Amino acid sequence: MIETIPFLSIITFLPLFGAACLLLVVRGTEEEVANNSRWVALWTSGVTFALSLFVWIGFDPSTADFQFVEKVDWLPAYGIGYHMGIDGISLFFVILSTFLTPLCVLASWEAIKTRVRDYMIAFLVLETMMVGMFCALDYVLFYVFFEGVLIPMFLIIGVWGGARRVYAAFKFFLYTLLGSVLMLVALLVMYLHAGTTDIPTLMATAFPEDWQIWLFLALMASFAVKVPMWPVHTWLPDAHVEAPTAGSVILAGVLLKMGAYGFLRFSVPMLPLATAEMAGVIFVLSIIAVIYTSLVALAQEDMKKLIAYSSVAHMGFVTAGIFAMTQQAVEGALFQMLSHGIVSGALFLCVGVVYDRLHTREIARYGGLANNMPRYALVFMLFMMASVGLPGTSGFVGEFLIMLGVFQVSNWTALLIALGVILGAVYMLYLYWRVIYGKLEKPDLKGLMDLRPREAAVFAPLVLVVLWMGIYPNTFLGPMQATVANLIDGYQTALAAATDGVAVAAR
Amino acid sequence: MTELPLMLPALPEMVLAVAAMGLLMFGVFARGNAFTACTWGASYALVIAGLLLTAGLGTRVEAFYGQFVVDDFTRYAKLLILVAAGSSLLMARRWMIAEDIQRFEFPVLMLLATVGMMLMVSANDLIALYMGLELQSLALYVMATLHRDNARATEAGLKYFVLGAVASGVMLYGASLVYGFAGTTGFAGIHAAISGDAAAPVGVVVGLVFVVCGLAFKISAAPFHMWTPDVYEGAPTPITALFAIAPKVAALALFLRVLMEPFQSLQTDWQQVLIVLSVLSMVVGAFAAIAQENIKRLMAYSSIGHMGYALVGMASGTSEGVRGVLVYLTIYLFMNAGTFAVILAMRQQDRPVEAIKDLAGLGRTQPLMALAMAIFMFSMAGIPPLAGFFAKFYVFMAAVDAGLILLAIIGVLTSVVSAFYYLRIVKVMYFDEPLEGLDPIRCNALRVIMGVSAVVVVFFFLSPALVVDSADVAAASLVAAR
Repeated sequence: MIETIPFLSIITFLPLFGAACLLLVVRGTEEEVANNSRWVALWTSGVTFALSLFVWIGFDPSTADFQFVEKVDWLPAYGIGYHMGIDGISLFFVILSTFLTPLCVLASWEAIKTRVRDYMIAFLVLETMMVGMFCALDYVLFYVFFEGVLIPMFLIIGVWGGARRVYAAFKFFLYTLLGSVLMLVALLVMYLHAGTTDIPTLMATAFPEDWQIWLFLALMASFAVKVPMWPVHTWLPDAHVEAPTAGSVILAGVLLKMGAYGFLRFSVPMLPLATAEMAGVIFVLSIIAVIYTSLVALAQEDMKKLIAYSSVAHMGFVTAGIFAMTQQAVEGALFQMLSHGIVSGALFLCVGVVYDRLHTREIARYGGLANNMPRYALVFMLFMMASVGLPGTSGFVGEFLIMLGVFQVSNWTALLIALGVILGAVYMLYLYWRVIYGKLEKPDLKGLMDLRPREAAVFAPLVLVVLWMGIYPNTFLGPMQATVANLIDGYQTALAAATDGVAVAAR
Repeated sequence: MTELPLMLPALPEMVLAVAAMGLLMFGVFARGNAFTACTWGASYALVIAGLLLTAGLGTRVEAFYGQFVVDDFTRYAKLLILVAAGSSLLMARRWMIAEDIQRFEFPVLMLLATVGMMLMVSANDLIALYMGLELQSLALYVMATLHRDNARATEAGLKYFVLGAVASGVMLYGASLVYGFAGTTGFAGIHAAISGDAAAPVGVVVGLVFVVCGLAFKISAAPFHMWTPDVYEGAPTPITALFAIAPKVAALALFLRVLMEPFQSLQTDWQQVLIVLSVLSMVVGAFAAIAQENIKRLMAYSSIGHMGYALVGMASGTSEGVRGVLVYLTIYLFMNAGTFAVILAMRQQDRPVEAIKDLAGLGRTQPLMALAMAIFMFSMAGIPPLAGFFAKFYVFMAAVDAGLILLAIIGVLTSVVSAFYYLRIVKVMYFDEPLEGLDPIRCNALRVIMGVSAVVVVFFFLSPALVVDSADVAAASLVAAR
């Protein structure tokens, strides 16, 4: 019974349906429209999340095959289909997207006052694009969702963003588009070689060795910008700082994962030889990302910018983990992505809480908040610790596994990214110290209210998940295992086949 | 007594020509202003011609001793032309009345131009080609100056006429060279004369290059694009809307036939020329548009860029390439018709305005119109899931398939540059504060065209096969005819 329901399509397109309802049905005075829009968006995204939990329950962790597969002809003559399905890699990203969206709607409840309906429509469309992208098993379909994300995000940053929103929105859009169009050319080349854009088929296709490196570079142009890897990360601090709080949460929580997901879904399984060849380069870039951006984060005066740079550093761990290609490292990378999605999202929400009250993100304007906002200080501390990687929180598991895995491949890389853990502790604790501790001297801070019930309701699930992931990570690692093992297996087989081929040719 | 040539395949053209003359007579002798009546008459003529097009679907017929050909390719292109002409006619009515240039000659000229375009598409002979081209061009020259008390419109018309005449001359010279070396003006004859084992005579190649230059002028491909911004800006907006779509479709269809049929064996020669034209058009279209303040000028550069993308498909010289061009033109038709409907709806205190900044804050003052415009702009920038993405997808697919990977890469990179100015319009509409605000739309035709185009552009992805499969059949009929 559960097999026949197109669950993935439902959770993908339900938000779009909600957006259409908002556009066409909701009428009345401005105040009514705003209020109805909030509730419609909350219900739609809430139901979507509930449905996505069924997918988790119905997911069979013992197999590496794609599950909940739906396949409909889209362009039958060209081997392009509407093909959806998930495996251990994509499962939790789908749930991460559906989990964060209702929280974002809640977080924007009062922060967004103008054009509430348009805002909610943009968010629901964004959710459709994100979920669809993680479920897509056809390259063209993937590309459509991957690029489609740009439109709502551009509008969210540009319409509801801060002072330099126009610059940030354009930079975000054009940077990402530039990378993506190169991927489009690679997509066409791969399509014409394999005759289909079906992802499972493409994974089984062996691309000629001398093409692989070019294809890899074209894909990397797109994914590296999205991750973002050093040196193409500069759009991220701008976009994060200018976006409204919920926009930053989605950017950090889900959009950054699209790049790393792309590496795991396309680059590694389809282009194994190039992956092996490029791993060294990726390691170097990851090390630079971890160390350099951590130092940059240390020097920031703006809270959001600091967290933005910390995201780049954390994603440096992820890319290093993916390209180490050991079981622990890849699982660690996936876990780190989930953890970062929750933690950095939560940190942006923490910034949002004080920003809504004081309308500044400048660190120097704060201090001593522990005195009058004790609950806030506690929540902030938990997420700060999770970001640093304190054992017992989600951050620890991911970083530990990555370092364990990377160490088996390159101990220098492991050593250098471990430096990032220390630097991470330095800048996060420094931030916390400046904002929360000290004397409550500034007069305008004295009147600040502690967390309101609505805000507490936003943080509660996040706190729960962070602790759950830290204390019993197996809930999340279990479903990944079979898929990751299969991925590494395929990679090793392809490498072995290639070296055999070379050996035969040499003889 | 001599036998009459076979004429029936040209029935749609004849209907339009007769309707044009009938309406001309009616307009001259009718009391009062015949503009509205003539507009409706012309619209009906276009619809009838469209219905007649379907006759003999799937077959290839030659008429007028082989000078005129009808196959699925011509039917497809003619349908696009008729839709484009019809939508410009509908969009124009209210505007012309509001601007007090409601002259009945406008629908008549529109019909004559349409006949010319359809003739171009069906031309199977250099002379037929030239006749169609001139019929179209002369009608368009007059239409550009329809607003004869307006200095800008007059200047636009004159410029268009002088440059257009030069281009026609260049093309005619090229055609005469080809005739001199091939000994015939018929496409089949030229093909037979130059596709032997021996290398084609240099004269034919030179002639071909001249013909290509003339045609490049007509589709405003760079470096033959100089006239486009001025003419687009100067001409009355509904006529600009026509210029932007129908003649481009006709000239590109003609271009395709000339290259794929008579000169097919010279592909290595014309491919280089097309690649240069295509790259220049994409680059000029992308960079020159950035600085524009007038939306009509911006659309002029945008159309130059779009022609560059269509030429990417053409340069690949394969059936996939032809298909890509046809899909591109179809989507281009809807995007442009919709955009021009928005531009025509831009009025302040009942005066038309055309600066980009006049759109400021449209997202608040008129959300639906802004939404439609944003859809067209994102689509033109090629962002999925909108139709414009699929248009680019198919031409680049053809280019990569034909080994023109570098061309495809240049194409996608320029599309990022052009995304900048399309986004700028979205930015003005949504991010900026409203200034004066625009008048509400009063014309239903504009609403309908805006709405239908937006729906087509948004929902194209649901079933691209609808368009792509027909384009495939059309492309096959052109390539199979070799």
